[in-house]
Amino acid sequence: MPQIRRLLLSWNEQFSQILLGMTIIVLAVLLDQASPFFLTWDNWRNILDQSALLVIISVGMTFVICTGGIDLSVGAITALSGVCMALALHAGLTVEVSILLGLAAGAAVGLFNGLLISRLNISPFIVTLAAMSVTRGIALILTKGIPIYGFSKSFTWWGSGHIGPVNPPILLALMLALMGALVLNRTKLGYYTLALGGNEEALRRSGIANKAYKTVVYTISGLTAAIGGLVVTARLNTAEPLAGWMLELDAIAAVVLGGTDMKGGRGSITGTVMACLLLGMLRNGLTILNIPSYYQQLTIGLIILVAIVISELRLRNAPGHGNMMKED
Amino acid sequence: MTTKSNGSVIRISHLSKSYGNISALRDVSLDIYPGEILAIVGDNGAGKSTLIKIMSGVVKPDSGYIKVGQHSYQSLSPTKAIRLGISTVYQDLALVDCRDVVSNIFLGREIVKAGILIDRRQMEKEVRRVLDSLQVSIPSLKTPVGLLSGGQRQGVAVARAIIQGGNVIIFDEPTAALGVQESAKVIRLMQELARAGMAVVVISHNLHHVFEIAKRICVLRHGQIAAECSTKDSQPSQIVELIMGAPQITRDVNFNGVQSDAAN
Repeated sequence: MPQIRRLLLSWNEQFSQILLGMTIIVLAVLLDQASPFFLTWDNWRNILDQSALLVIISVGMTFVICTGGIDLSVGAITALSGVCMALALHAGLTVEVSILLGLAAGAAVGLFNGLLISRLNISPFIVTLAAMSVTRGIALILTKGIPIYGFSKSFTWWGSGHIGPVNPPILLALMLALMGALVLNRTKLGYYTLALGGNEEALRRSGIANKAYKTVVYTISGLTAAIGGLVVTARLNTAEPLAGWMLELDAIAAVVLGGTDMKGGRGSITGTVMACLLLGMLRNGLTILNIPSYYQQLTIGLIILVAIVISELRLRNAPGHGNMMKED
Repeated sequence: MTTKSNGSVIRISHLSKSYGNISALRDVSLDIYPGEILAIVGDNGAGKSTLIKIMSGVVKPDSGYIKVGQHSYQSLSPTKAIRLGISTVYQDLALVDCRDVVSNIFLGREIVKAGILIDRRQMEKEVRRVLDSLQVSIPSLKTPVGLLSGGQRQGVAVARAIIQGGNVIIFDEPTAALGVQESAKVIRLMQELARAGMAVVVISHNLHHVFEIAKRICVLRHGQIAAECSTKDSQPSQIVELIMGAPQITRDVNFNGVQSDAAN
């Protein structure tokens, strides 16, 4: 019996990715049958382009959820960082400095979240919920609620330029995903991120600066959200104070769909990226098939529900999940 | 009761700690020597856990100091304790159940190459070596420790303490959750560590085990050291009397109104 259990669990490690991969293939085949346009490069570049923003933000979200936390402020950070970049550009600062200012603003909100959560031990849900409101409020105040538009070519290049067959957002997303996977699986920060989600006290007793690492994780999330802000603002040539509305929910959905455990302790960037692609394909496919967007909402909601049910059933027997199984 | 600083690795002086108006430790002084197994015994609430938590840096004392090597400290943090060579195998083992054996053993001590990337292969090699020396058999090092047996988990916690590379190792109730065979293994292990020159401190309720391994016994009662004796010159029954607070030692009864049955 224990052998079978162990086998099941070791297989489970890659379970989400295998399931996601199969779903992506099946969906691609179905959509290819339905529309000859689906499998063209133009359409795929479109899907990748549309998914880039979600991938960028979900990389940071994966880290946060791996610690057992949550970050509801990423959508608002996306807006604030875009607004900061726009104001800086219109104030005559160079593109590089403006971008750095916007990224710094996003990282600062993340840092603030992290400090409150780790030092004052307040629930991440509450802290980032408040941060969401505050950040969105600042973005609205700074712009008086009016979108700021009209930037130089060298700035909009970040959203709609060309690098070979792809564009900067796709490359940014790819780079961040690769870096995220490397950091999560192969560095101390990644090891501690996952351990934080398992047993924070064990880290403290092993002499690890658990609070500092937790703070870093939320700062990363703020930073990736700000990079998302760069992408949307540059792509639309507009800094919209309401940009990234509800984006946090899409990101959380992608991370959970990708097999990361909401309770923390285990997760993968690969899964997150695959989930973002699946969601992108689905939106694209439903649009190609002329299915009204109300049905898109419904479909995506149902898929997330199914994914969570599967993951719950799968993890019910995993270690660190309530009824832990042990050999006698 | 007091000893001169003749080669002690840790010297604890006049430590006191209270939680609210309950005093957990009162003016405790103790020396710990290399190559020796020191047992700390006492009834529940006698202050054993508080004492070792102060040594491992988890709890800060209200007064007194801890001298490690040449330096004295008012309190330690877990980081500082480990850096000073004091490792602890906690009663709850402080393992991360969802992480694998290697990550747990190297928690906080990961080997990195190129300054940043974790060197998995090197870590696995080290873990194999340490587990083999401890005679702990774990088929796959990729197993999450939550799936291991009690003995294996204990082995992982001990291996972590050894990897931390200190010269003092504290065991908090190491055999409480183990079967007979696994207990015997842990006891053998503690003896080997002491033979290798480490200072071993063990908290145990099991006087049979204590007499089997310890050279010295420190009896705590109501937060004070009731006696410090060598196992050679004492009998388990005497220790039981000291733990319970035998009638002839009545200088600190009426602690919070609680009195042990033996004293009544």
